[in-house]
Amino acid sequence: MLEAIVFYILAGASVVFGLVMITRVNPISSAMTLVGAFGALAGLYAMLNASFVSIIQILVYAGGIMVLVIFVIMLLNLHKDDLEPMKAQPLWIGGTLVVLFGTILGPILFCVLPNKDWTWSSLAPDFGTLMTVGEKIFSDFIFPFEILSLILLTAVVGALVMAKRKL
Amino acid sequence: MELYPITPNHYLTLSAILFAIGIAGVLTRKNFFVTLMSLELMLNAVNLSFVTFAKVHGDMTGHVFVLFVVSVAAAEACVGLAIVIALFRLKETVNLDMFKSLKN
Repeated sequence: MLEAIVFYILAGASVVFGLVMITRVNPISSAMTLVGAFGALAGLYAMLNASFVSIIQILVYAGGIMVLVIFVIMLLNLHKDDLEPMKAQPLWIGGTLVVLFGTILGPILFCVLPNKDWTWSSLAPDFGTLMTVGEKIFSDFIFPFEILSLILLTAVVGALVMAKRKL
Repeated sequence: MELYPITPNHYLTLSAILFAIGIAGVLTRKNFFVTLMSLELMLNAVNLSFVTFAKVHGDMTGHVFVLFVVSVAAAEACVGLAIVIALFRLKETVNLDMFKSLKN
């Protein structure tokens, strides 16, 4: 019962924060509400026995990526009259959501999912901890992991080349 | 679908709803930053599905993929923000409607 209450609080928080995020005029408010949504999602990951993923969510998403986004928003220093023409059109957002739910998500949610009887499998006590996930990364996924470092290096160099005034 | 107990379907439904919100944000907003953040929300919705199925199957490969997705999202945010700085220097705006010079 307690699990259900926590799930609905976190799920409701993430959905509400997401909806607030796509309707704000000021991008700083959007970024702050998105940090809230990431926090709620980190709680959901923790409920799914994914402790390492939950910590990474807070550290990298809420702590790293969002700080970078907020930093750039503040760097560009947009004024209120610059932001006004870019404000959300509630009619468009509502219409898009209705169309998406009617055509794509509705059939999945109401026809496909109810026919699947997925159940939670019994888990080992060390499921999702740093040690077991790390063992998996450094044995089965060592090559993708090394490629990932190459992607990050490329992104750093690419960002520098694009953002710099003169090379 | 009953409200209680919490099954994998509940998590997958939440994931679908968050993904739809992300799509709506990307399609309708003109502010570059909000579009970028909606993209992050969509990636998170997919991560939630990955973690749910990892628990359903008792296999941690989903967790490894979430870590990869987070790293690629970091790289994408880094390059995306560099692009918006370069574009802002050119046109003094982040309105996506203003960046259509490739069209004509």
